[in-house]
Amino acid sequence: MQASIAIESTPAVQYLLRLGDTCLILGQRIAEWSGHAPILEEDIALSNMALDLIGQARAVLTHAGRIEGLGHDEDQLAFLRDEKDYRNLTLVELPRGDFAFTVLRNAMVATLMKLLWERLRDSSDAELAGIAGKAVKEARYHQQHAADWVVRLGDGTEESRRRIEAALADLWRYTPEMFESDAVDEAAAAAGLGPRWSELEAPWRAEMRTILDEAALVEPKEAAFRSTGKKGVHTEHMGYILAEMQHLQRSFPGGVW
Amino acid sequence: MTNPTPASAAEWPLWEVFVRSRSGLDHKHCGSLHAADPKMAIQMARDVYTRRQEGTSVWVVRSDQIVASDPADKDMYFDPMEDKVYRHPTFYKLPGSVDHM
Repeated sequence: MQASIAIESTPAVQYLLRLGDTCLILGQRIAEWSGHAPILEEDIALSNMALDLIGQARAVLTHAGRIEGLGHDEDQLAFLRDEKDYRNLTLVELPRGDFAFTVLRNAMVATLMKLLWERLRDSSDAELAGIAGKAVKEARYHQQHAADWVVRLGDGTEESRRRIEAALADLWRYTPEMFESDAVDEAAAAAGLGPRWSELEAPWRAEMRTILDEAALVEPKEAAFRSTGKKGVHTEHMGYILAEMQHLQRSFPGGVW
Repeated sequence: MTNPTPASAAEWPLWEVFVRSRSGLDHKHCGSLHAADPKMAIQMARDVYTRRQEGTSVWVVRSDQIVASDPADKDMYFDPMEDKVYRHPTFYKLPGSVDHM
């Protein structure tokens, strides 16, 4: 059994891990739909999206490993860290739920990622700016595809309406975590690495409001609850998804195919 | 199959997908898919048929909007052309400057 690696958590590394891990874990969650989506065409669409996210995670984690300077590659970072060293948004680690839950979460995260990648194109870090230039095109499509489903379900049958409303009630409380800025964000902003995520809140809310309006959904009131995945404090679901992801690399260290 | 049930109202219509692989080339038929409306059909076509860099442009057409020749008319329609080689423009000498004809 391969032991865990220890991470050098400088602010820049943490900033990159928040980005890379959010892509990685959401990609894994979406990939769970492969073979299970409601129709074949959507099955392929979701698998494409999962692969886009895994590709983005690979690029960002590889870069994070270089900045960290301890010789960790993408696989080691993806598969050999302890739970507390993952810095993804809590939102993306929640179980995939039903199709309404999945498309609403995809719309919420894709909207955030699109806005973030747009800003990261101007990063002082040329490598990150390059990754962003490619990823923003993918995120734009993810947003459109997911948002269309949110509107269809909101404006569909009684059952689809009930399900998307339930998904909205479940997911919305994880919104504030996206926009809570801390020392990691301040350091990234000061170095020109990337924006404070709090700077994305206004445009994110505006774009989500457009989607929710079109779906005739009402934005839930903000709750006092705060999730903490970005700080490495995760829900009970995180251990299970990591066990599934890490099992192979832990059992067969360095295994490739 | 003596009791053919009509296509369920819940079943999405079928669409034919045409993909243009490069600027300047024609859109080519590459398959079909089910989708609820034009917008979904275009997105699904993108996801199903262009994921390996096959396309720069996609058309979709409702399958029931395509008018096709009747296979039963095949003899009458197409066989008479078999022995009319003189309809091929192979009996002319083309000037060298006229290429690719």
